[in-house]
Parts: sequence; structure tokens; C-alpha cells
Amino acid sequence: MEEKGFGTEELIVNMGPQHPSTHGVLRLLLTLDGEKVVDCEVIIGYLHRGVEKLAENRDYKQNIILTDRLDYLASMTNNLAYVQAVEKLMDVKVPERAEYIRVTVAELQRIASHLVWLGTHAMDIGAMTVFLYCFREREEILNLFEMLCGARLTYNYMRIGGVSCDLPDDFAGKAYKFVEKFPKLIDEYEVLLTKNRIWLDRTVGVGVISGEDGIDLGLSGPNIRGSGVEWDVRKAEPYSIYDRFNFQIPVGEKGDTYDRYLVRMEEMRQSNNIVKQALEQLPEGEIMAKVPRIIKPPKGEVYHSIEAPKGELGFYIVSDGTSTSPYRLKIRPPSFVNLESFKKMIKGHLVADVIAIIGTLDIVLGEVDR
Amino acid sequence: MEGIVRDVIIALIKIAIVLGGVALGVAYSTYLERKVAGWIQVRFGPMRVGPHGLLQPIADGLKLFIKEDIMPRQADKLIFYLSPVICLVPAFAVLAVIPWGPDFYITDLNIGLLYIFAVASLGIFGIVMAGWASNSKYPMLGGLRSAAQMVSYEVSLGLSVIGALIFAESLSMVGIVEKQMTTGVWFVFLQPVGFVIYFICGLAETNRLPFDLPEAEQELVAGFHTEYSAMKFAFFFLAEYTNMIVVSSIATTVFLGGWGSPFAFLGIEFPRSLGIVKSVLDFGMPIFWFLLKVFLLMFFMIWVRWTFPRYRYDQLMNIGWKVLLPFAILNIIFSGLEFTLYEELDWYLFYPLAWLIMGVMVVFGFRLIKNFDQFSYSKMREEGIE
Repeated sequence: MEEKGFGTEELIVNMGPQHPSTHGVLRLLLTLDGEKVVDCEVIIGYLHRGVEKLAENRDYKQNIILTDRLDYLASMTNNLAYVQAVEKLMDVKVPERAEYIRVTVAELQRIASHLVWLGTHAMDIGAMTVFLYCFREREEILNLFEMLCGARLTYNYMRIGGVSCDLPDDFAGKAYKFVEKFPKLIDEYEVLLTKNRIWLDRTVGVGVISGEDGIDLGLSGPNIRGSGVEWDVRKAEPYSIYDRFNFQIPVGEKGDTYDRYLVRMEEMRQSNNIVKQALEQLPEGEIMAKVPRIIKPPKGEVYHSIEAPKGELGFYIVSDGTSTSPYRLKIRPPSFVNLESFKKMIKGHLVADVIAIIGTLDIVLGEVDR
Repeated sequence: MEGIVRDVIIALIKIAIVLGGVALGVAYSTYLERKVAGWIQVRFGPMRVGPHGLLQPIADGLKLFIKEDIMPRQADKLIFYLSPVICLVPAFAVLAVIPWGPDFYITDLNIGLLYIFAVASLGIFGIVMAGWASNSKYPMLGGLRSAAQMVSYEVSLGLSVIGALIFAESLSMVGIVEKQMTTGVWFVFLQPVGFVIYFICGLAETNRLPFDLPEAEQELVAGFHTEYSAMKFAFFFLAEYTNMIVVSSIATTVFLGGWGSPFAFLGIEFPRSLGIVKSVLDFGMPIFWFLLKVFLLMFFMIWVRWTFPRYRYDQLMNIGWKVLLPFAILNIIFSGLEFTLYEELDWYLFYPLAWLIMGVMVVFGFRLIKNFDQFSYSKMREEGIE
């Protein structure tokens, strides 16, 4: 901006790493012209723990707990992606019952993760009450998980070849009860937000990204579906037993924050549906496949990705065939890749939109920095 | 001479009671806020200090009092010290003309309402100075936001009460209430549009959600008071809640019949046989009604805060200048017409007609704004302005 007369300067504001709404330790260097964001630099790495390198010195089983700590709001799906990758490498066939349990917990985890997203996103935009409502329901899911494996955040529940323990006796009943009442609770959130004039003003037309741009930048998950691209790994390359369930993939049209909001709301309903179907069809049987005690996959490499709550989560594993730990483990974290689009979305918007867009991207810094 | 001394003493007592009462009220309005928030959000709110957390405000006050007072090294010391005071003093000064009851007010200025608007707007200086003196970026953004916001909403705020003033034929706060008592109708029924505009602007003036941009927690950390701690912060906090009380009190006085009882039309009076009890009731009940109305308005403000998201800066400005201001001006024009009708017609003709015209005005106003918006956007696009 060149101006005559009074000179105006651009203001550089450092947002983060400690800021109430950067969802962790994200740092943004914003160049502001008044309230308008002219330029933005995203600085990450404040939570880097070297997970990928650590994995090279641990054996395959021990690595499961590392995946818990990637996206700590969705540990179950991280577990799932990793163990499935190793199973693919070793060609293990997982028992029916274990598959159903996996799908059940993965979808419950998706609901829990989306609830955290909705709560924090709404709170960033100023609607604080939604946050507490969301956490009320998330609490119930966490209680279910606690029944299942004793942990509430980092579950370490999946095993290579199955799951660590069978469902407790009353789990299915309690989960079913939750599933029955949950759609009504989603309606409750929607009453507060969906048609709210202020919410519309704040989200419609904010952070628009087209489908093509999204694909170019590797956007995945609900973010790309908000732009009208029907890409969901569960449907596109069905893993586990997702081809047996009846569910739809919601897509948006304009690719703005509001569409992504609607997509995620609908996804919660669909996930709820899947959990219901899985609980109804749950077969009896083993929960672990016959897997050698010491896991030593054959020489080779594998890439496997699943639809995590935040997007496409992939694990690329190279095995040299002689070691009990992976030769190389590469993670494709959805949050990190999705964050690439931030710069494109924010250009020309106002400061207040920065947090709306961070919220809508649904990033978790544990996954961005690894 | 003796008369003067007596007057001064009485005035001092009144001031002490009002200041003490309001200070306590402010403390407990924070308690109210937290309890109502808890109630809305399916939780308890403060429960630990005293029964049902009733001593919580006092504990908070104590904590703020003994906390370390931190000042940024680069701050402008004098202004940094001064701004919380500048923020707080006008908020309290306004209380001088608020009529709590027929015989209970500190003073009755014949330009009461003007005095309130004049003094209350001084509070903005405190915020702007705080933002500037902190010498830090977030507070500066917060301070500038608040300057722009308050200046824009002050205009509509002032214009929104003019309709009611036409009917009151007075600027004195007591006069306004007495007019409502004698005519027997609260101005909110004559001036609903004015009341709505006033209340929205009031929310903006007190920096409350959905207009709490100067301190938008999630964007600007804490806005203009980011760098303030301990008592200096408490001053801003006090000022905010005092402003809430003031805004509610003005709304009560101007639109909701002040100390008048909502059952006044029944014409019930306390029997003379009660003796001293009667005089206590005659003195106390109006104050009770006044405080009840203020309480309900404050409850409404709190309710709004915990329900709605926050507006964005540009949207806030749009609402202020493009919606509220035109409506406030339209409302003044309408009020002139309404007053003429009011003088000429019987009530059963007047009310349907007045409300009909009002409805038409609102619909017409929204149409006009929408069309104008589209027109200006298309013009902007033609000229290639962003």
C-alpha cells in the first residue's frame, strides 16, 4: 500500500505460539494493514518430538504408543492407520469381531474429534456455550473408551492383528444408548449455530478455497469435501470393513467455512449411523489374529492411509526384513498438509477471520509437528 | 447557612449509599454473570466460597487487590496509570443523575440525559489511552477498535432516545419518569424501535458480546487491557460492569417507566392504617421496581452474551452505520408524526395506527438498506474497489 500524505505502516503481529485460539503452539506472523491481513507466515515446530525418528529405534509394537501422541484428539484412528499399515506389510488377516470393534471405536473417535472441533471453533467465534455442550457429549465417549481400555486420551488400544481387549459386557449397551440420543444433541448445537445470523455472517464466504486449489495443496478430509470434492478414503479405497456399511459422504459447494461446518455436522450424523450399524451387526469370535510374538515383517515397503477425523492419515513403512523396528516410518499427517492451505484462505481477510480459519482447518499441533 | 450544611450532609449520605450500593451491585453482577453462565452451560458456576459461592466476588476482589502489579517497561507510565481511572470515573459520575426512586436520587439536573451521554462517552478515552500506553500491539488494536466502535454507536445511541424525549418533553431523568407516571404509559410502548436500537447500542457501548471486539478474547488475547494486572485491571472490570448497570438504568428510566410499578394501572395504594410501614413501603417499593427492571435487563444482556457468537469488525461497523443509524433517524421522523397523532386521537385509534405505521417503517427501512447495499456493492465492483 503506497499512500501519499500521511504515511501508513503495515503492522506485524506475532500471533502465537501462546495465544488463546491457535489451538496449541502454532505461530503466525501476520502482516496487517489496519485490520486486514496482507501477508501471513505460518511457523511450526514448537511441538516437534521426532516421532518418525523415534520409531526407527523401537519395535513395531512399541510404535503404537507413539501414534497415540500424533493427533491426541483422535488416538484411535491413529492406532488404526498404523496397525493396518503393518498388517498390510505382513499380510495379516484380522478376525471379523476385531474389525467391527475397530470400526466402532474409530467412528466414535471421529465423533469425539469433531465435537472438540465444533466446540473450539464456535468458541473462537465467540459462542462459548456450544463449547461446553460439545464437551458434555465428548465426555460420554471418553467414558466409553475408558471402559474399553482404561485410558481417556492416549488409548494404545489397537494391536497388530486385532485389538488389545474385548468389549466389556455393558459397552455395547451403553454405546447404543449414546448413539440413540446423539442425533438429537446435534440438532441442539444446530439450533444455536446453523441459522444464527451472526454465525452466518462470520462463516459464509470466509476462507474460500476451490476444489482444484484444494487438490493441488493436498487438502483432505472434511476440508476438501467442503469444497465439493467427493473424496473420502472410506469410500474411495475402502479399508477394513467400511464397504459393508451404509453411509453417505456429505459434500459442500462453495468451499467456505460455513460449508465445512455443515459437512462436519453431517459427518457426525453419518458416523453415528455407522456405529449403530456396527453395533447391530457385531459378530462373536476372536479379537486377535495369529501373529508371531516378535514382529519382523518381510522386506518391503507399504503405504496405507485411512480417513482420520482430520483428513487422510497415511503411514509409509519401509522394512529391511531383518530388524524388528521399521527402517523408515513416514507419516502423512492430515493437519500438517491441510495447514498448507491456510495462506491461500487467509489472503485479504481480517484478523478476526484468522482464528475462524484456523478453527475450520481443524488442526492439531501434535500432528503438525510430530 | 444551616440549611446548606444540612443539604450537603444529606447529599453526602446519598452519594455514599449510591456509591456503596452500586459498588456492591457491580461485584454481585459479576457473580450473577457467572451463575447465569453456569446455568446456561449446564454447570454450577461458583460454588466453593461461601454458600453457593456467594462470597466469590469478595474473594475475587481480595485476590485482585493483593496481586502483583506489573507494568511493561516500554509503557508510558503516567498514561498507563491514568487510563483505568479515566475509564472508571465517568462510569461512576453518571450515577449522580439516575433516579432510583421518587425521593431517592443524588441530584436532578434539568439536562440529565445530556449529562449522561456527555460524561459516559469520556470513558472511551480511558480505553484508547490504555491501548496506546501499553505500547504493545494487541492492546493497540483493541484500543483502536473500541474507539471506532464507541464513536459509531454513540451516534445511534443518542438518536435512539430522541423519540422518547419528544414524548417526555424534558431532559431531566426525574421528569421523564414522572411523565410516564402521569400519562400512565411507558415509552417502550410508544417507542419500541427506539428501545431496540438503544439496547443494541447499549450492548456495543458496554463492550459486550456480540459486540465485545475491543477485548475479543480469542482474537486479541484480552484487547486493550492485555497488559494490565491487579487493581488496574480490576478498575476496567469494574467500569465495564458499572457501565452495564448504567445502560440498564437509563433504559429503565427512559423506556420502562423508571420506578413506576407495572401494576400501577390497578391503582392500589398501601392503606393509611399501616402507619410507619406505609411510609417505608412508599419509599422502598419504587426502588424495588427500579432495581428489578435493571436486574431483568442485565439478565438479558448476560443471556445474550452466552448465546451468540461475536461479530467481525467490518460487520460491526456496517450494522452501526448502515442499519442502526438510518433506523434511528427514521424513528425520529416517525416520532414527530406519532406525537401529533398522540395528541389528536383517542387511544384505541392511536395505538393500532401507530404500530401499523411503525411496522411499515421497519419493513420499508430494511428494504431500503438492502437495496442500498446492493447498489453500493455493484457500484464498488464497477469501479473496482475492493
